[in-house]
Amino acid sequence: MASDIIDPTRRDFVMIASAAFAGIGGAASLWPLIDQMNPDASAEALASIEVDLEPLGEGQAITVLWRGKPVFIRHRTPEEVSMAKKVDINALPDPEAQNTELPEDAPATDKNRTKEGHEKWLVVVGICTHLGCIPKGQGLTDQKGEYGGWFCPCHGSHYDTSGRIRKGPAPDNLAVPPYKFLNDTKIKIG
Amino acid sequence: MLAVLLTGGHEVRAAGEAPHIERQDWSFAGMFGFYDRGSLQRGYKVYKEVCAACHGLDHAHYRNLSEPGGPEFSKAAVKYLASQYEVRDGPDSEGQMYQRKGRPSDRFVPPYQNEQEARAANSGAWPPDLSLIAKARSIHEETAWYKAPLKILMDIARGYQEGGADYLYALLTGYQDAPEKMSMAEGMTYNKAFPGYQIAMPNPLAEGAVEYTDGTPETVENYARDVTEFLMWVAEPKLEERKRLGFRVLVYLLMLSGLLYFAKKLVWRDLGH
Amino acid sequence: MSHPSTYEPSNGFSKWLDRRLPVLRLMHGQFIEFPTPRNLNYLWTFGGILSFCLVVQLITGIVLAMHYVPSGDQAFSSIEHIMRDVNWGWLMRYSHAVGGSMFFLAAYIHIARGLYYGSYKDPREILWILGVLIFLLMMAIAFMGYSLPWGQMSFWAVTVITNLFSSFDTIIPGVGSAIVRWIWGGYSVSETTLNRLFSLHYLLPFILVGVVGLHIWALHVVGNNNPTGVEIQSDSDSVPFHPYITMKDAFAMSLFWMIFAWLIFFAPNYLGHSDNYIEANPLQTPPHIVPEWYFLPQYAILRAIPSKLLGVIAMFASILVLFFVSWLDTSKVRSTKYRPIYKWFFWLFIFTCIALGYLGAKPAEGVYLFYARIFTAYYFIHFLVVMPLIGVIERPKPLPNSITEDVLGKGSSPSGGAGKPEAAPAAPENR
Repeated sequence: MASDIIDPTRRDFVMIASAAFAGIGGAASLWPLIDQMNPDASAEALASIEVDLEPLGEGQAITVLWRGKPVFIRHRTPEEVSMAKKVDINALPDPEAQNTELPEDAPATDKNRTKEGHEKWLVVVGICTHLGCIPKGQGLTDQKGEYGGWFCPCHGSHYDTSGRIRKGPAPDNLAVPPYKFLNDTKIKIG
Repeated sequence: MLAVLLTGGHEVRAAGEAPHIERQDWSFAGMFGFYDRGSLQRGYKVYKEVCAACHGLDHAHYRNLSEPGGPEFSKAAVKYLASQYEVRDGPDSEGQMYQRKGRPSDRFVPPYQNEQEARAANSGAWPPDLSLIAKARSIHEETAWYKAPLKILMDIARGYQEGGADYLYALLTGYQDAPEKMSMAEGMTYNKAFPGYQIAMPNPLAEGAVEYTDGTPETVENYARDVTEFLMWVAEPKLEERKRLGFRVLVYLLMLSGLLYFAKKLVWRDLGH
Repeated sequence: MSHPSTYEPSNGFSKWLDRRLPVLRLMHGQFIEFPTPRNLNYLWTFGGILSFCLVVQLITGIVLAMHYVPSGDQAFSSIEHIMRDVNWGWLMRYSHAVGGSMFFLAAYIHIARGLYYGSYKDPREILWILGVLIFLLMMAIAFMGYSLPWGQMSFWAVTVITNLFSSFDTIIPGVGSAIVRWIWGGYSVSETTLNRLFSLHYLLPFILVGVVGLHIWALHVVGNNNPTGVEIQSDSDSVPFHPYITMKDAFAMSLFWMIFAWLIFFAPNYLGHSDNYIEANPLQTPPHIVPEWYFLPQYAILRAIPSKLLGVIAMFASILVLFFVSWLDTSKVRSTKYRPIYKWFFWLFIFTCIALGYLGAKPAEGVYLFYARIFTAYYFIHFLVVMPLIGVIERPKPLPNSITEDVLGKGSSPSGGAGKPEAAPAAPENR
């Protein structure tokens, strides 16, 4: 009988090899199940948007939807720009620029939060960095907070004309999304 | 008695007979099928210049035209192309709907707002949406009952999925003069591939009607082939990805089966079975 | 199982767990050392294949539900969104659609195997009845699932099948229509109907999992039947489930996967109907309404009977009769292999089912209707007349004394070590 019985190590080797090979296939078929929850092609198609700034007069602001989030675009008055520039960076609750296109430790100067040559335009993601509410300040009659920028009604965070947190519980400045000027009156966000 | 029944059945079949339609050779058929880019691009041109006047592509987006596995126009070309269309959007901050230029992320702009408008413009007929037409049609082939199981197995083994394309090609090339004894209804055209032979759509293709810039002869047959290939892609845009992945999966499963067969044999060998 | 367990917890954690919840001991007993007849052929691998199909349907179904929108306006276009935009959406949807067909294909082979080898006979009646219950649930789930794409065939299949209940009007006027209105949630099939079908299509599979659990439990109490129909008598008749059956099942399953993959990747729409790529239109019925291929035999029976009510009754009876097979078959032996007369009738029955499937796809008129009636008649005659009668008059061929004898030939002693695997434990419960 003994001669009929196959060497158990060889048998085990083949079994382990097939189990491993089947395991590779099983693992590979997991990927579609995971990846299907990622943003789909229709969401990716809206991942970048173009905004025409032409109709926006001085002092006016618009909110556009980008990847499901509100983006504040404000055409700042010269006074608002100079107010934003005068601030002492070291006295800010959050001294970092929060601009995704700059290094993380870039200082929160107004220059670092706008585009060179287009300083009158401020583009920030309109989500309060505290708990995700949408701050007030876009409408002409809106309450803009103590620093003339935005005011979050949920827990009383005040943002200045550069979208920086000045007072209240929010930890960070409003984030600057990736965007570029296609020409003087047109930007592409994302 | 059986003979009577059989003849009786035959007459019934003859009455409801569907037109016979030939199968065509398609580049996208079979295990290694793929779309012919040139054909898709020409087909898009035929669709745009001929079909789009009455037929929409509701489920397709302009961006699809530059996606891999399709006509693969450049992104810039698609952006320009989409901007040629006016898209209704809104409401704006005043609550008004407005027209804007199309973007690649927009759906194909439909020729009619709704079914009612479409019917009113086409004397009662409703031009169907074409985004799934190549999968929503099929051909009917009469098979003797004893041959049917084999035919089904053969079609599955071949991966036959081109019935819709075969039908569309036959329909687009099937316009003829009506037989003399046939009385045609008002506004209908004779088509040898259409069930009932009377179709509300007048012959859409004529030789030379669409300009081809790549030297392909401008014949009705070529127009029909190209636009059918394009419509197949619109209906099944992931076909190339699917067939490529399928080949890999089958190779993997073949190897796995071999390994498991060997393992099973080794396990059972000491049993004398 | 009452045989002593050979499970030895191998490390600290499994020892700790074994004293508190002996789940590893249970798994070891049921899926590693479980004694299985050594002569099972490849038809016995379909149980495992069916479990695999169920898992595939559950996983792909849950994924699809993340993207599907059960609304009258959006159901159809959300399917197209899945097919075109969702990452791997086409793969999920085609796997689920083809998976339904493969599920039924495997189930029909599994049922036919049970019928051929008498797997419904004492002591496996409950096991069989649970199986029929699973089959019924599968049919309900498949029907509801087919409605969800909200294409023309979906819509009209729901309309036609739910309208079957209106036949009860012939018994008590008004009751049938009341039931139909209740199912529809309105005066026609609508979005309301679609929503409840979606809800139930998501719920019932989990109930199915429960019944499958009972089915497997019942199987592990009485043990597998086998091609001889002779029960396990000694150790040499059986092999431990692992590695013998697991490896055999795995090999068979990989072959099954190849067919499955072929259909998903190269013929995903072959088993479907092209009309279901046209969005549901309550104002226009397709010229030929046909169900999915796996319901064609039942559909043929429904249409073969000229009376609406009787047609509905016949269709349901064609499934319900399966519940009673254990008692309709009067034969002393299980396996048809040893039944020279019944064998012919068994194959006639298989032919009948295939013929009914063919006729179900044809228009119900003329010669097709004539044959549909003949085969419907035989379908019931087979269960109600042939099964009880042949069992009494037939003289079965002699059975082998044991499974071992059947495998190794006469003269091998049942207790002999010939081919006795190392670790095969005792047979299930001696009775």
